[in-house]
Amino acid sequence: MEQVKCECGHVNPHGTVFCESCGKPLEEQGEKSLLDMRYEGSARRSQTYKRTIVDQIWAFFSSVKVGVALIVITLIASVIGTIFPQEMYIPPNVNPADYYEEQYGWAGKLYYELGFNNLYGSWWYILLIALIGVSLVICSLDRVVPLYRALKRQGVKRHPHFLERQRLFGVSRISDMDQAVALLKERLAKQRYRVREEDGHLLAEKGRFSRWGPYVNHVGLIIFLIGAMLRSVPGMYIDEVMWVREGETKEIPGTNGQYFLKSEKFIFDTYKKGEDNEVFNAAIDRVGDGMIAENYQTNVVLYKRVGPTVAGAKPELEKVKEYPIRVNEPLKFDHYALYQVDFRLNEPKTMSFQLTDKQSGKTLGTVAIDLYDPKETYNLGNGYRVELLSYFPDFEFDEDGNPSTKSRVPNNPAFVFKMYAPDRPEGEVSFVAIQQTLEPFGDNKYKMAFAELETRNVSGLTVRRDFTLWILGVGGAIFMFGLVQGMYWNHRRIWVQRVNGELWIAAHTNKNWFGLKKELHRLLDGTGLTMPADRLEERKQAGQGGQAHGTA
Amino acid sequence: MVQLSSTLLYISFVLYLIGTFLFGGAIRDKRKEQQGKDRWSQFGIAVTIIGFLAQVGYFVTRWIAAGHAPVSNLFEFTTFFGMMLVGAFIIVYFIYRLSVLGLFALPIALLIIAYASMFPREISPLIPALQSDWLHIHVTTAAAGEAILAISFVAGLIYLIRVVDQSKPSKRTFWLEVVMFGLVTTLGFVIVSTAFGLSGYEAKFTWIDKNNQSSEVEYHMPALVGPHKGELAKESAGRLDPLVEMPAIINAKKLNTVIWSLMAGAVLYIALRLVLRKRIAAALQPLAKNVNLDLADEIGYRAVAIGFPVFTLGALIFAMIWAQIAWTRFWGWDPKEVWALITWLFYAAFLHLRLSKGWHGEKSAWLAVIGFAIIMFNLVAVNLVIAGLHSYAGT
Repeated sequence: MEQVKCECGHVNPHGTVFCESCGKPLEEQGEKSLLDMRYEGSARRSQTYKRTIVDQIWAFFSSVKVGVALIVITLIASVIGTIFPQEMYIPPNVNPADYYEEQYGWAGKLYYELGFNNLYGSWWYILLIALIGVSLVICSLDRVVPLYRALKRQGVKRHPHFLERQRLFGVSRISDMDQAVALLKERLAKQRYRVREEDGHLLAEKGRFSRWGPYVNHVGLIIFLIGAMLRSVPGMYIDEVMWVREGETKEIPGTNGQYFLKSEKFIFDTYKKGEDNEVFNAAIDRVGDGMIAENYQTNVVLYKRVGPTVAGAKPELEKVKEYPIRVNEPLKFDHYALYQVDFRLNEPKTMSFQLTDKQSGKTLGTVAIDLYDPKETYNLGNGYRVELLSYFPDFEFDEDGNPSTKSRVPNNPAFVFKMYAPDRPEGEVSFVAIQQTLEPFGDNKYKMAFAELETRNVSGLTVRRDFTLWILGVGGAIFMFGLVQGMYWNHRRIWVQRVNGELWIAAHTNKNWFGLKKELHRLLDGTGLTMPADRLEERKQAGQGGQAHGTA
Repeated sequence: MVQLSSTLLYISFVLYLIGTFLFGGAIRDKRKEQQGKDRWSQFGIAVTIIGFLAQVGYFVTRWIAAGHAPVSNLFEFTTFFGMMLVGAFIIVYFIYRLSVLGLFALPIALLIIAYASMFPREISPLIPALQSDWLHIHVTTAAAGEAILAISFVAGLIYLIRVVDQSKPSKRTFWLEVVMFGLVTTLGFVIVSTAFGLSGYEAKFTWIDKNNQSSEVEYHMPALVGPHKGELAKESAGRLDPLVEMPAIINAKKLNTVIWSLMAGAVLYIALRLVLRKRIAAALQPLAKNVNLDLADEIGYRAVAIGFPVFTLGALIFAMIWAQIAWTRFWGWDPKEVWALITWLFYAAFLHLRLSKGWHGEKSAWLAVIGFAIIMFNLVAVNLVIAGLHSYAGT
C-alpha cells in the first residue's frame, strides 16, 4: 500500500485528505475554502479503492446516499402497507382474495394481486430491511476505523493551513504570549476540556466519545435485526393458542406435555353506573351502560408433570401456582408466558330435565346431562328410567331433513329420550330440543320438562415463548445508548497556536456551533483576544454561499 | 375536581393566547430599539410559563379525578401533546432567547389544543388493554418526543417564511401556502364544529352498512354527503337531505366533517387573502424579518437531535415493551405502529441527510415541515381513518 509522508514527518495511509497529525491538507490547490472536517479527512476505503467488484460493492453500500435511499424506499413501502388492512387483521374465516375485492372494490383487488395484503412479510420488504442491515455494517466500518485512527493520532501542533481553513478562526496580536496561553489553559481546564500542550501550543478537546455514538447505535440496530431474524430459527419462538373451559385441565400446547393448566373461573366485567367512579358516568352514558369492558380475567392453576410421560396413562401432576391471568398481567413460568386474549361466555355445560307426568304435573326425578359426556341411561329409582337414544350437540336438520349435528360443541343441544315408567314398561320416545318437543309415536304420558341449563365460560389464551427477546432488548438498549451518546454530547476542539508572533485560535465542533461560540465567548471574555469569527456566516453575508461541510 | 380541571385548561388556553400577542409585541419593539431590556419578551415568557403551569394543573387534577393519567383518548392525548409543545418551547426559549419562536409555537399549540377540544371530553374509564403503568410511560414519552420534534417544524416554518422569496410566485411559495392552508383548515374545523355544536344541530340517519345491516348514525353537521342508502329518521324531519350518497365502505359522517372543515378553511383562507392582499406567508414575513437564519436552522436541528432519541424511546422501545405485555407481541404491524416506524425512518433519513449530505438551511427546514406533517397524519388520520388496535379515539 502506498503511503503519503507529510512534511511534519507523519506517514499517512493512501487516500488521506489532510495529515492525521498536523492537519496539513495533502492535496492542496491553494484553496481558501473551509476544510471538510467530516471523518477528519481520513482515508476511507470506499473513497480510495474503486477497482475490483468487492471495492465497488463496498463503495456502494458505504454511501450515505444509498443508505438514505434504502430508508426512504422502506418508508414508502411501509406507507403502502397501511392503505388497507393487512391480512392478519381481516376476519379469520374469509377468503382474502374475495375479501379485498368485496370490501374495497378494484383497488382492493389490485392490492391483493400485488401482494400488499402481506406486505411486511413479503420477500422484497425483508430484503429491503436486510439491505439496510448490510448498509449499516459497511457504512460504519468504512468510517469508524479511519476516524478512530485519525483522532488517535492527531497532533497538538497543527499546520497553519489547517487552522485558517476552520469555520471558527481568529488571529490576535498580543505582547505577552506566555501569559495569555497560560490563562487560556487554565480557563479551558475549568470548562472541562482535556488540554494537551506542546511547545507552547494548545489543543483542548472534549466530548470525543460522542463521535462514536452513531457507530454504537448502528451496532445496536444490527443486534436488533439479528434478534428479529433468529425468531425464524426453530425452537426460538413458540406461539400457540389454547382454549380452556372453566373446571377443565388441559395440556399447555408448546410445552411438550410438561405443563398443564386448569381454569377455575373466567371473569368478564364492565363499567356500570353507580358501581364505578362517578366521573365516568358521562362516558358510560355516551357508549351505553355495561358496554365498556373493565376486566377480562382467567383464574388458573398451573401444574407441572412429574414422572415420565406414558402414552395413554393419566399424567401425574404437581401444582406449581395459582394465578389470575388478566390483560397486561400474563402468567409467566419457565420462559413461557400465558396471555388472556379471548373468551366465550356461557357455553352450555349440563342440561337438566325433570321426568314429569303430563296430567298431574308431578315430577318423578331429575336428569342432569353432561353435554360433553352424556350417559346412556339415567336411573331415577322406583322403576323410572330414562335412556338417551341420540344426542345432537349442535342440532340442525341436514339437507335430507334428518336431524344431525353441525359440530361437537353444544351450541344447540337436542336429545332423543326414551322414558321408562312402571306403567310404561316398553317406554315412550320423545325428541327434545331448545324450545321444542316432538313425540314421534303419538301422545306420551310423560315428558322431559326442561329444568335448567348450567353454563360455563371459556378462556382463549395465547402461549408464548420467545428466546429472542433478550437479544432484542440488548440491541435496543445499545441503540438508545449510542443515540444519546451521539446526540446529547458533541465533540468540541479548540486549537491555540503561536504562529509568527501571533496567537491563532481555531475551533471546531461536530454540531451545536451556537454552544461552542458561547463557550468561546466565556473563554475569551476579558482577555483582550480576538473572538474567532464564524467564517461560514461571513461567507454567506459576502454572498459567496456556504460550503457544505463540517459535521459527522 | 373535574370542573377545576377544565377551568385550568381554559385558563391556560387564554394565557397562551395572551402570550402570543406579547411575543408579537416583542418583535415590533425590537425593530425600534435593539438595546435595552426586552420587556415584551419577559412578559411573554412569564405568561407562557403561568399558562403552562395552569395546564399542568389541569393534567394533575384530571389525573386525580380519573385515577389514571389523562392520556387515554384523543382529546386527552392531543391536549397533552399541546402541553409538551409549550414545555419544549419554554426550554428552547431559555437556551436561545428567540422571541419569534414563541410567536409561532404558541399559536400552533393553541390550534392543537382547540382541535383536541372538538372530541369527546368526558373522562372515560380504561379498557383492560390500557390498564397498565406503561400507559403513562409510553404515551407521555412518545408525546414529549413528538412535541420536541414539532419545535423543529416551528423553527423550519420561521426559516421558510423569512427566506422564501415572496416577490414572485414559485413552487416554494405554493407549498408554503399549502402549509398555511393546512393550519387555517384546522382552525376551520374548530370553528364549524363549535358553531354546529353550539346550535345543537342533530340529524339521525338509518343506513345500510357494508355487511348489509341496518344501522343508525347521528350527524352533528348538515349532511352534505350521506351514508349508504341513508334515510333521515322521523325525529330529524326537515334536516338537510344529503346531496350525495356514499358507498358503504366510506365513513360518510367523517367525510362530511372533512368537507365542512375544508370549506370553512377555504372561506377563511380566501377571506384572509382578500384582507391581506398578499399570500399569508408574505404577510407573516415581516415578523420573521430580523431572525438570524443560522440560529433558526440550528434550533430546528437541535430539536430533532434532542427529540429523536426521546421519540425512539417512547414511541418505539417503550411501545414494544408494552405491546409484548398487553398484546402478546412486541410488534404486530398495526397501522399506528407502522406510522411510528415511518416517522422514525423519516427523521433518521433527515439526520443522515443533514450530517452527511449537508442538507442545511432551507432543505432542512422543508424536511422539518414534512416531518411534522407525518406526525400530524399519525395523530389525526391514523386515529380517525385507518382504524386499528390503537383507535381508542371514538368518533
